[in-house]
Amino acid sequence: MQLQVTNSPFTEEQIALLNRLLPTLTPAQKLWLSGYLAAAEAAVAVLDAEAPALFAGSSKPVSKEVTVLYGSQTGNAQKLAEKAGKALKERGFEAKVLSMLDFKPNELKKVETLLVVVSTHGEGDPPDNAVSFYEFLHSKRAPKLNHLRFSVLALGDTSYEQFCQTGKDFDKRLEELGGTRFYPRVDCDVDYEEAAAKWLDGVLGELSKEANANAGAAPLLSAVAAAPKAEPVAVYSRKNPFPAEVLENINLNGRGSNKETRHLELSLEGSGLKYEPGDALGIFPKNDPELVDLVIQEMKWNPEETVTIDKDGEVRSLKEALTSHFEITVLTKALLQKLAPLSKNSALQELVAPGNEAKLKEYAKGRDLLDALRDFGPWDAAPQQIISILRKMPPRLYSIASSLAAYPDEVHLTIGAVRYESHGRLRKGVCSTFCAERIQIGDTLPVFVQPNPNFKLPKDPDTPIIMIGPGTGVAPFRAFMQEREATGANGKSWLFFGDQHFMTDFLYQTEWLAWLKSGVLTRMDVAFSRDTERKVYVQHRMQERSKELFGWLEEGAVVYVCGDKQHMARDVHQTLIEIIEKEGGMSREQAEAYVTEMQKQKRYQRDVY
Amino acid sequence: MAKVELKAPEGPPSDVERIKRESRYLRGTLAETMEDPLSAGIPDDDNRLMKFHGSYLQDDRDVRTERQKQKLEPAYQFMIRVRTPGGVATPEQWLVMDELARKYANGTLKLTTRQAFQLHGVLKWNVKKTMQAINGALMTTLAACGDVNRNVMCNPNPYQSEVHAEVYEWAKLISDHLLPRTRAYYEIWLDDEKVAGTPQVDGEEEPIYGPTYLPRKFKIGIAVPPSNDVDVFSQDIGLIAIVEDGKLAGFNVAIGGGMGMTHGDKTTYPQLAKVIGFCKPDQVVEVAEKIMTIQRDYGNRSSRKHARFKYTVDRLGLETVKEELERRLGWKLGEARPYHFEHTGDRYGWVEGVNGTWHFTLFVEGGRVKDYDDYKLMTGLREIAKVHTGDFRLTANQNLIIANVTSEKKPEIEALIAEYGLTDGRRYTALRRNALACVALPTCGLAMAEAERYLPKLLDKIEEMIDENGLRDDEITIRMTGCPNGCARHVLAEIAFVGKAVGKYNMYLGAAFNGTRLGKLYRENIGEEEILRELRVLLSRYAKERLDGEHFGDFVIRVGIVKEVTDGTNFHD
Ligand SMILES: Cc1cc2nc3c(=O)[nH]c(=O)nc-3n(C[C@H](O)[C@H](O)[C@H](O)COP(=O)(O)OP(=O)(O)OC[C@H]3O[C@@H](n4cnc5c(N)ncnc54)[C@H](O)[C@@H]3O)c2cc1C
Ligand SMILES: NC(=O)c1ccc[n+]([C@@H]2O[C@H](COP(=O)([O-])OP(=O)(O)OC[C@H]3O[C@@H](n4cnc5c(N)ncnc54)[C@H](OP(=O)(O)O)[C@@H]3O)[C@@H](O)[C@H]2O)c1
Ligand code: HEM
Ligand SMILES: Cc1cc2nc3c(=O)[nH]c(=O)nc-3n(C[C@H](O)[C@H](O)[C@H](O)COP(=O)(O)O)c2cc1C
Ligand code: SF4
Repeated sequence: MQLQVTNSPFTEEQIALLNRLLPTLTPAQKLWLSGYLAAAEAAVAVLDAEAPALFAGSSKPVSKEVTVLYGSQTGNAQKLAEKAGKALKERGFEAKVLSMLDFKPNELKKVETLLVVVSTHGEGDPPDNAVSFYEFLHSKRAPKLNHLRFSVLALGDTSYEQFCQTGKDFDKRLEELGGTRFYPRVDCDVDYEEAAAKWLDGVLGELSKEANANAGAAPLLSAVAAAPKAEPVAVYSRKNPFPAEVLENINLNGRGSNKETRHLELSLEGSGLKYEPGDALGIFPKNDPELVDLVIQEMKWNPEETVTIDKDGEVRSLKEALTSHFEITVLTKALLQKLAPLSKNSALQELVAPGNEAKLKEYAKGRDLLDALRDFGPWDAAPQQIISILRKMPPRLYSIASSLAAYPDEVHLTIGAVRYESHGRLRKGVCSTFCAERIQIGDTLPVFVQPNPNFKLPKDPDTPIIMIGPGTGVAPFRAFMQEREATGANGKSWLFFGDQHFMTDFLYQTEWLAWLKSGVLTRMDVAFSRDTERKVYVQHRMQERSKELFGWLEEGAVVYVCGDKQHMARDVHQTLIEIIEKEGGMSREQAEAYVTEMQKQKRYQRDVY
Repeated sequence: MAKVELKAPEGPPSDVERIKRESRYLRGTLAETMEDPLSAGIPDDDNRLMKFHGSYLQDDRDVRTERQKQKLEPAYQFMIRVRTPGGVATPEQWLVMDELARKYANGTLKLTTRQAFQLHGVLKWNVKKTMQAINGALMTTLAACGDVNRNVMCNPNPYQSEVHAEVYEWAKLISDHLLPRTRAYYEIWLDDEKVAGTPQVDGEEEPIYGPTYLPRKFKIGIAVPPSNDVDVFSQDIGLIAIVEDGKLAGFNVAIGGGMGMTHGDKTTYPQLAKVIGFCKPDQVVEVAEKIMTIQRDYGNRSSRKHARFKYTVDRLGLETVKEELERRLGWKLGEARPYHFEHTGDRYGWVEGVNGTWHFTLFVEGGRVKDYDDYKLMTGLREIAKVHTGDFRLTANQNLIIANVTSEKKPEIEALIAEYGLTDGRRYTALRRNALACVALPTCGLAMAEAERYLPKLLDKIEEMIDENGLRDDEITIRMTGCPNGCARHVLAEIAFVGKAVGKYNMYLGAAFNGTRLGKLYRENIGEEEILRELRVLLSRYAKERLDGEHFGDFVIRVGIVKEVTDGTNFHD
């Protein structure tokens, strides 16, 4: 074929030159030339890409990946989303069709092209499976979406006042977050078929147009995008805790539970803090203001009086000092001894006298500063004198329940609220009830990372793992699963979980079920201790599965135990030995040696408290 | 007349058809998934099959989104429905149901509009134990739901005369004859030995149904005039007992009724059954079977919302269906005989039967048997069941008859009725006694609005107007459902409400008091305030302008408030 003005983009002059040159070229020369030209074009494309492209306009290449999210109550939107997915695939797009409930919101940052198909229910409310995603998008946590192109198909019914409200909300919000609407929203009435088909045609047309226009340039961009981002250096530590913003704080226990277990999500954005699954997070809590008031009232102090709180002479009001800087919920022998000179009460003098250690210990148990102040007046003490003998508020540690690989810049915790009655008064664990009762979304908590090198996933992603974590002990295993999912590890995994009641206390139930379905978690056994007449604990489930469990150990599985130290960890330890004894045909001593060997090989790791 | 070709509608089979076909006669993976300790629910496919076993998975919708946030699965629980043909239960059976309700369910018993018992809130781990106890008391849940023939309804006062007793026996025979024959039920719930070499999908195990059962649920009811308490025209097959010279001569056969429809889809509509002829008592089981097989063969298996028998009848034509029936029977139906219905409600209080026994009809609001703070209904009935020598009858209006009380026992039962203040409803308005609501929220997965929990409160307010207009003793039927499926047969009520969204209802007027005419849409999507405003006007006009003995449903048509619905096919016009 001869080049002409009509069949090419060249001018007459250029064509003359080309037509002179081309017939003289050997095939090898032609090949070389086309490579040269392509490379030269590429250099231009890279330059273009580096220029700040605000959004996917005409010049930016379009990825072939399209995410279709649906929110549907009665299945209409789902059906349409699936149809859209099919049509996209037929046209060579990689379409992922997901319910909003199954979509991990943190993935949104990676999505470039998004189709939303959503109905409206209630009185203008999102369908059930869209609620959490809807709330996420409308919350402060919603990411910037400058890289996103989207289009919304809204289903509804014009006989309702709030016609297609949810679709409208998504449409508006995605734009607010920086997304580009590449095709206008379509609102459908109950007879949605036609309008929906039109929308799909429009969307497909738009996407195909751009895909064609940009074919060829796409692979180059990804190479540029991979350039590493500079990370801020960590300046925060236990000494200088980072004020982490609270993104989420929910009670994981359903109605009617005896328990309250808080799931906290904190932002580490800008802190430079890093952690690995298995590490813990420290929190500096505040005392219960009601308890502080009771202490101040008891002593008839002025809450605004200034006191010095450390050797450097930092000052605070008395109330602030008692609330944030000192421990007032624990009575120790040392504290009682230091209190004694400030009281004329002979009972106290007697209690701290040598020889009465047992009585003192008995008295201190389950009591706090307020009890002592009430029991041993009258006091001859200025506020500063009492402050000076109190302990600094200690931070509390919590096993981290998330993985940075799944939630960059976030850390999640699982905190069991401690409440109990002692000596006629309801007592509250300082940190756990601080988080449960007084921390709102948007507040900040002073935190630091406490690494734990002895509770780590095996280096080899194929190594099987057995995780035993009743109650809040399950926290680090959520981090493990997130990590293994995000890194695509193939090792088998087995979780033993237990708590009081199936209905209300199955912590993170839906997440485990999803991981079982996707195969990230291989198997799971549960022990709900108060649903049956006889108590069932995790170790009973281990016993029931002793043969398989020993088989896993022989395959080299790593065993992790997390949670209550006093009872659970001890009993689980015994059970492990018994299982090895029974299934391995060993003596008690041999079984114990087997466990010791596992410990040496770091195949038996514990995080108990 | 052009011959209509007999065939089922075109279209790919619905997903439920696949589930049935692959289920190996209703087994699926139920035995395993019911044992899975990680979820209190079961997968969708198994839940479809579970219905055939008389139960299905629901969840407490009051806490659905809350639990979703808490990363807990929905608060799954099972509803279990017990078949009691004609609604008859012995005192022993009553005591078993009472105990199960308190031990495994939510502490209440629901008497349904199809004369069955329903337990709500049974946890998965307790379903099998509950099923075993029910069967231990010689009752079953098999085919209480699902695409099969359901509990056969029958006027519940059979001992009033010999005829009633006979009719009840026929109801039971039909019910038993049309039960599925699969052993799956016994294997899964009653630990029966698996039948060796269980046939696969070759139809051997289900001689009547075949491997895919019916396209949809199928309902049969028998009315004994003048009472149309079973709403005989709402049934797929309605049988009207014809009594001549004090003897049961046979049944008029009506076909193709059904209440359900879908909001906004005018191809769906409620329809009344139409009488096609008459058969003798000993022919009625065969007639029922053959009619059902026509639906089996020609019903719509592609679109479930068009799969009820009524659409088959309307599509093929009444005459064609009748001809096909007669072809299958090998004989012709007789000419329909005259009959006359007066009402659909129950008659409350004591009635003396013919054989010297007594029956007490108790008003049970919403069909819900439970202990209220100030009304120990459940305890009272338990105490009565302990001494009662007759039986209990569940009525189609969700009420209860303490039946067959001998003259000797009557004082004892009366004393218990008095002790627990059990009411025949006389202290309520006639409107409340004629009220019906479906379960709806929080347990029904399809509910768009409240019904059972809300109707009593709405009635409190309507009763004020009733009193203002002096209508306290005028019988008006009022019904409310949470969605248009029509579990409380709403379109047959003179005043009907169908949920559209929380707090919003469509309002229908103009159905016949005796259940022979459908209501018409009057107002759409209205809340309580508007409902009351509308009723204030309507009731006051009714009180002033009605003719002698004119029912409310007839009145609103005569004065032109709504148009008369003459057939389901013009319901939407
Ligand atoms: C490495 C590590 C990881 C941890 N991970 C987690 C975790 O993931 N989730 C979690 O919830 N916790 C975890 N903990 C425990 C957590 O650090 C706190 O100890 C816990 O939350 C209680 O702190 P608090 O401030 O609420 O209670 P405090 O005010 O410290 O009170 C707790 C004290 O109250 C007393 N007490 C408690 N119950 C009773 C009772 N019934 N009768 C009498 N006295 C009682 C005990 O003396 C107890 O030490 C972990 C601990 C460690 C060391
Ligand atoms: N009141 C408190 O202050 C309080 C209470 C509990 C725990 N804690 C502390 O909080 C942490 C975790 O508590 P949590 O509430 O998440 O879980 P948890 O108390 O450890 O309870 C989780 C499950 O473990 C069961 N369990 C009890 N004893 C066990 C044993 N010996 N072996 C195996 N399982 C056993 C419990 O059953 P049962 O409960 O039915 O026995 C429950 O089903 C621990 O450090 C614990 O010491 C404090
Ligand atoms: C609680 C959960 C329930 C669900 C999900 C449910 C579901 C349905 C559905 C889908 C229909 C429509 C069937 C159709 O038209 O093809 C229907 C109809 C019906 N239901 Fe239920 N039901 C429930 C409870 C009940 C109860 C408690 C009763 C009795 C008290 C009942 C009695 C009926 C009746 C009588 C109809 C028939 C209406 C007709 O003839 O079409 N249902 N139900
Ligand atoms: C209980 C209920 C409430 C509804 N509320 C609204 C509403 O407020 N606004 C609206 O536009 N549509 C409303 N609809 C209509 C639905 O959005 C419409 O039926 C849609 O097609 C359902 O799609 P889905 O099956 O994907 O959920 C409502 C529907 C139901 C059942
Ligand atoms: S009518 Fe609708 S809301 Fe009521 S019980 Fe039936 S299906 Fe549920």
